[in-house]
Amino acid sequence: MKALSQRRRHPLAAFALLLMALLVTGGLYAAASTANEAQAQTTTFTADDVEEGSKLFSANCASCHGMGATGSQAAPSLVGVGAASVDFQVGTGRMPMQMDGPQAQAKPVQFTDEQIGQLSAYVASLGAGPAIPSEEILDASEGDASRGGELFRVNCAMCHNAAAAGGALTQGKFAPSIDGTSEKHIYEAMVTGPQNMPVFNDANIAPEDKQDIIAFLKTIEEQGSPGGADLGSLGPVSEGLFIWVAGLGVIIAFTVWLTSRSS
Amino acid sequence: MSSSTATPTYVPKTRVGKVTDYVDSRVGGSGIVKEFGRKIFPDHWTFMFGEVALYTFVILLISGTFLTFFYDPSMAETHYEGSYLPLRGVEMSVAYASSLDISFDVRGGLFMRQIHHWAALLFVASVAVHMLRVFFTGAFRRPREFNWVVGCILLILSLAAGFTGYSLPDDLLSGNGLRIIDGVMKAIPVVGTYLSFFLFGGEFPGTMIIGRLYVLHILLIPAVILLLIGIHLFMVVLHKHSQFPGPGRTNTNVVGYPVGPVYAAKAGGFFFIVFGVLAAIAAAFTINPIWNYGPYDPSPVSAGTQPDWYIGWVDGALRLMPGTIGNFDFEFMIPFPWGVNALSLNVLIPALVPAMIVFTLMFAWPWIEAWVTKDKREHHLLNRPRNAPTRTAIGVAGVTFYCVLWAAASSDLIATHFLVSLNDVTYWLRFLVFFGPVLAFMVARRIALALQRKDREIALHGRETGRIVRLPHGEFIEVHEQVDDYKRYQLVAFESPEVMVPTPGADGKVSLLDKAHGRISRFFFEDRVAPVTPKELAASHGDHHDEVAGAKDRESIASH
Repeated sequence: MKALSQRRRHPLAAFALLLMALLVTGGLYAAASTANEAQAQTTTFTADDVEEGSKLFSANCASCHGMGATGSQAAPSLVGVGAASVDFQVGTGRMPMQMDGPQAQAKPVQFTDEQIGQLSAYVASLGAGPAIPSEEILDASEGDASRGGELFRVNCAMCHNAAAAGGALTQGKFAPSIDGTSEKHIYEAMVTGPQNMPVFNDANIAPEDKQDIIAFLKTIEEQGSPGGADLGSLGPVSEGLFIWVAGLGVIIAFTVWLTSRSS
Repeated sequence: MSSSTATPTYVPKTRVGKVTDYVDSRVGGSGIVKEFGRKIFPDHWTFMFGEVALYTFVILLISGTFLTFFYDPSMAETHYEGSYLPLRGVEMSVAYASSLDISFDVRGGLFMRQIHHWAALLFVASVAVHMLRVFFTGAFRRPREFNWVVGCILLILSLAAGFTGYSLPDDLLSGNGLRIIDGVMKAIPVVGTYLSFFLFGGEFPGTMIIGRLYVLHILLIPAVILLLIGIHLFMVVLHKHSQFPGPGRTNTNVVGYPVGPVYAAKAGGFFFIVFGVLAAIAAAFTINPIWNYGPYDPSPVSAGTQPDWYIGWVDGALRLMPGTIGNFDFEFMIPFPWGVNALSLNVLIPALVPAMIVFTLMFAWPWIEAWVTKDKREHHLLNRPRNAPTRTAIGVAGVTFYCVLWAAASSDLIATHFLVSLNDVTYWLRFLVFFGPVLAFMVARRIALALQRKDREIALHGRETGRIVRLPHGEFIEVHEQVDDYKRYQLVAFESPEVMVPTPGADGKVSLLDKAHGRISRFFFEDRVAPVTPKELAASHGDHHDEVAGAKDRESIASH
């Protein structure tokens, strides 16, 4: 104790104390909060899956993400991104990436469900991360669509548009349309934040709230457009374009007809 | 009074005759019908956009009245209990809830909402196209200057009617529009916050604005529009309709059809055509799906938030305006005796300057042009746009300026749909808003002049038929076909003002104003294609009476 009391006026003592305080509060928060807790695997992966996934990864992904998924100049490390991330990126065809660009774009899926599962198993084995969500939480019929709508408008609509039709971001990036996206992929996108999307972890939006959002999205997807053709759900721009081109076009055709003479 | 009712001995024989005579002998309708029924209207498809505007306004009145039966302009809070499931139980204003009820729980309500909104878009569009027709054909010249001004006011009122209506559903989209209006108002130095508090009855959004906009939308604005439409049409009758030049059409007559009976029937039928087209659109295409946007809440702004098309250009200007250029932030803190007021030019410039430029030029144009041409005569014969190249080019430049700002309002959708960067779209449009009109002016004037030259060519030498004939001595010529006299008259009958050189006044000096006038006159009329003179025509006729190319053509062919 004498050694400690002698060094209490050391120039670095304040820094050491600060560091200790940060470690303690951070550690306590991490222990108390469930936000950063890696979720329990809901789908069980076998050692065989990991083994097969490792081979698939080396053959298809390692050229950018590096052997052992530790990342390279071209692509980030995948240690700790979790099975949900792989399932979303590969399951929507975004990975393997077709070309460099502002963000990876969806395209036809390149792997079978089994292979996607194996890849997910391999990446999940590298470090804890968000897991593939369970069937129960994805059941849209259990969610509250109107509550989900409110959450969607507050958290999602500024990029994805109020009708989930998608919207522009800066520098060629964009928020895609969510129409036709599966419940699982919507959930995985929220927990992993693919491309330019922020992560909405369980502390931001609780799993039940995510279920409500999915319920809202599935409700508006299934109900269709109550007022007729939705013109892309893009708002007043497509409406204005339509009235100028189609509306006024038809009217002009009639004016020409009405003033023509049978000569 | 028609002769039949004026004659005291007239005794109607049929029952219809008796009823008609009873009414007519008391209100004298036959005199009006006789006078108005003989009014002549010339026929041209471009003359019908004003009618479209009038008819869409009637449709707006009818469908709008239906909507008022069910709409409740209250901002009181309620929980939605209607039949649209994804909003069930959501807290919202009564105004929004009643708009949703119109959409989902009132029979035919959604159709009426949609026809009202589509008709509003078509109303402003047809007003705009009608004004472009009047501008490009020179129909605003004496004696119609005041009617042009009435039309300009009607345009502004139709924008006001549209904007106040757009805000009524109190959904997220319209609330965001109001937020922008609030922001622009607050950017006005000194009085801005007072204006905003006055309009909203306190801090935005308050609990007043929807009710106030409702009164403006259904009472004041339509009443003024109706009054001005009355004045507008009265002046049309007073001035008589203008007409395109042609054989037999002079400045003192109108060639066309009388209102009764054919023209009135056509016009009445056209109303039902417009109604039918709008009904078909309203039945098949959704507009302003308020249920998607959700209730207004000041925190969220969804992607794709735009105003209706006619306000789009102001929104576009706001989008194009940089917040800062380098370290220059367009914001000045001005010390007043009562404290420091901010002058936010990065809001005021885009929100007010483009609109001020466009509307000032629009209102003043008849007098600007009269000053340039020094033409004080009455004009009842229209210009073909090509025959007034500088005016046409200025009009095209204005349209380009408007369209660039208009495109800027949809910059996000241009980016996503053409797979380009939103930033690049903004940079390009910033460039185009300044240089686009200049470029468009030059191109449009060149095209107008080229078309005039082509007209001249056709009047003098006829139409190229594309038939190549080999003459007996081996020469090839292209056969030109003369146009008929009617068509040729249309090609040669126009005025082409010449440059006016400033002349010294009584004191022997050229005033500065005269000098400026000389320069502007040169700018307007320096490049001109003179109409074909009778002499030139006579000279060319000798060559062309046989269907074969004349001396000039031979020369030109020989020189190749």
